[in-house]
Amino acid sequence: MRNKPTPPEIEIVGLCKSFAGLRALDQVSTSFRAGRLHALLGENGAGKSTLVKCLMGYYRADSGQILVDGQRHIMRHPSDAHALGLGMVYQHFTLVPQMTVAENFLLGRQSLPAVIDWRAEHSALDQFMEGMPFRLDPRRLVASLAAGEKQKLEILKQLYLGRRFLVLDEPTSVLTPAEADEVLAEMRRLADARQLSVVFITHKLREVMQFAQDVTVLRAGMVAARTAVTATSETGLASLMFGAELAEQKAAAPTRTAMPEQAAYLELEGLHAVGDRGAPAVVGASLSIRPGEIVGIAGVSGNGQKELLEILAGQRQAQAGSVRVGGRAFRGTRGELERWGVSLLLEEPLLNAAVRSMSVMENLALRQFDRPPLAIAGWILKRRALWPFAQALIQRYGIRASSPSAPLETLSGGNVQRTVLARELARPVRLLLMQNPCFGLDVAAASEIRQQILRVRNGGAAVLLISEDLDEVLQLSDRVLVMASGRISYETDRSHADRYVIGRHMTQARARPSP
Amino acid sequence: MTGTFDLGWWGVALAIVAGAMRVSTPYLLVSLGETLTEKSGRVNLGLEGTLVLGAMSAFAIAYLTGSPWLGMLSAGAAGAALGLLHAAISNLPRVNDIAVGIALFIFGIGLAFFLGKPFIEPRATMLPGIPLGNWSASPAIRSAFEISPMFFLGIALAIALEWGLKSTRWGLILRIAGESADAARAIGLSVERIRTFATMAGGFLSGLGGGFLSLYYPGNWNEGLSSGQGLMAIALVIFARWSPLRCFYASLLFGGASAIGPAVQTVGITEGYYLFNAAPYVLTLGLLIYSSSRTRTLAGAPSELSISR
Repeated sequence: MRNKPTPPEIEIVGLCKSFAGLRALDQVSTSFRAGRLHALLGENGAGKSTLVKCLMGYYRADSGQILVDGQRHIMRHPSDAHALGLGMVYQHFTLVPQMTVAENFLLGRQSLPAVIDWRAEHSALDQFMEGMPFRLDPRRLVASLAAGEKQKLEILKQLYLGRRFLVLDEPTSVLTPAEADEVLAEMRRLADARQLSVVFITHKLREVMQFAQDVTVLRAGMVAARTAVTATSETGLASLMFGAELAEQKAAAPTRTAMPEQAAYLELEGLHAVGDRGAPAVVGASLSIRPGEIVGIAGVSGNGQKELLEILAGQRQAQAGSVRVGGRAFRGTRGELERWGVSLLLEEPLLNAAVRSMSVMENLALRQFDRPPLAIAGWILKRRALWPFAQALIQRYGIRASSPSAPLETLSGGNVQRTVLARELARPVRLLLMQNPCFGLDVAAASEIRQQILRVRNGGAAVLLISEDLDEVLQLSDRVLVMASGRISYETDRSHADRYVIGRHMTQARARPSP
Repeated sequence: MTGTFDLGWWGVALAIVAGAMRVSTPYLLVSLGETLTEKSGRVNLGLEGTLVLGAMSAFAIAYLTGSPWLGMLSAGAAGAALGLLHAAISNLPRVNDIAVGIALFIFGIGLAFFLGKPFIEPRATMLPGIPLGNWSASPAIRSAFEISPMFFLGIALAIALEWGLKSTRWGLILRIAGESADAARAIGLSVERIRTFATMAGGFLSGLGGGFLSLYYPGNWNEGLSSGQGLMAIALVIFARWSPLRCFYASLLFGGASAIGPAVQTVGITEGYYLFNAAPYVLTLGLLIYSSSRTRTLAGAPSELSISR
């Protein structure tokens, strides 16, 4: 195709970009050298994605220049970037799940033949895979691939299209540590062989230190540093990324008080359930949690964690097995949730656990709106009592909203999360069930919410933490479980938890078969 | 009619088979059209209106020009025009395709009744059938095996679409739009344009289905002509799981069910006539209940459809 002998080199000079008056990029200058693995490091909201989207032609920069091999180019549209051999792998996969690997390969091609000869295409793809770092069967349905395989497919697709400069947007966020290492090591190998220039976006310092050659640190839309990795250290990068103060705060381990041994408060026994497409999602899961204990479930998303939590939340029916809370059968009805002090923090609360167009105040009252003091006799609502009730929670949890009556959807992600957390912790908690509680939050908000979780644990509640973020599971849990293919496949306690052993169990059983 | 009496209960079976082929044609054309539209990620619920407008246009043009083929063409064109209208409105931001479909359903019927008033009485030139029963002396068999070319066109289309959706450029592009609008945009396709084309093609086929109603079977134009066949064809697409070939089998099944009433009438059973005529509606309900589930989403549904999101 448009292959050149060496991968392109890119120079960015004084790039600025604002959204609705908010400065996302402020005079950003950096360069991505040919045949190097370059890390773009920064916190959520530091401008990493905006920068690469300007480079790829998704956004038009307000000012500044992009030079490819010393030539100035204006990226109006992704196809401009593609024509220069620049490609990007997005954080949210752009694959079409209900199509095969081969079909997904063909999609990006500039010119598709009017009639597709599948036999020839399949054998051509098999041949292409021969020379590639990763291999996949072109006949498989993408929906049946594990997250790691999807990431590999995205990268393969870019190589298949002849791209010589790759941007990977948080490539390891959905991968296990071993998979992340494999992908990044391969990228480094391709860069060293001068087949590719690679830029990867990350907020994980370990990956930068281990694999990258160059690093650009972004903070609040500005370049905090650009340097060779050998010329810096992990602590140096951390303070560049967060500012010295926060880096210290992040490093400080949260307190964890010793708890007496008690009988289990939540017990799951041989739970079975099917997922939305009818395939088995939870397969014989059993676990128990004692008061004052955080049990973390690690796992690649889509291995039954969501369905497991939905059973506990009363949103999905189990086909077999039992759920017991405080020794009694539990079905997740509203009355039971209240009686046993069960609180829920579901993932993506704006979608799953709140009413987006209702006000902050009303969302805060969703659990108690028909109970005194907010209601009389269970059906006459006292709207006047709502305001002070909400005000107290808003203050206590530091929710930033223009007013208690502002619709919830106008709040930032962190504040929506705080609102739901405040609602769930507003009454005595004896069992807290959570999935990805800090997903998409910035470091400050995440560490604050993690502190809250520990406080709930130290207060004697049993806590179930389901998370795709292995660091979070390791940081918070007293015991770590791994869920793979709907089964609890591994269990260890805090002191014996090893991220590589856990990672191996996360991928050992492959993702569920396609529906 | 007298011939059927001679054949006895065999005549009933024959009448059902012949009826299935005859009655299934509009179901087939409409459901193939809707499959195309839904594969692109839109639902066009207005096809009942398209069917009726197609029937009216076909009859009117055939009556005025004397050519049933010209009538069919104008039915297709009227359907495509309604499809274009549906697509153009649905392309606007924050417009729900289902609501637009219902509006066009009513609009299509209303327009057809308004324009079709003068054509209720006269007779137009009908579409010719292909006589495949000439080997038999029995008039019942001869009439049963006089099959419309539109039926064969439907079969050919079902096979072509089944293959084309998988193995042609257009098929792949259509399915990307229906499975992931983001992926389609990411590779530089215009989702709106693809859906507009798919909705127009769907409208064209539904219009042809209407033309079949007024120019072949039952072969006249009146306001009760369609009696919900366009709506049932949409239910049929769900039952057929968005596969053109399965649309064909399902259409035959629906056609057969619709033919039960008239068929048993020919052997003199008049009791419960209306009950037999309700067979296709009962079948629709039954199949929808059968293919639904409390615990799983529909397998095979294009992911971008507003009903599967």
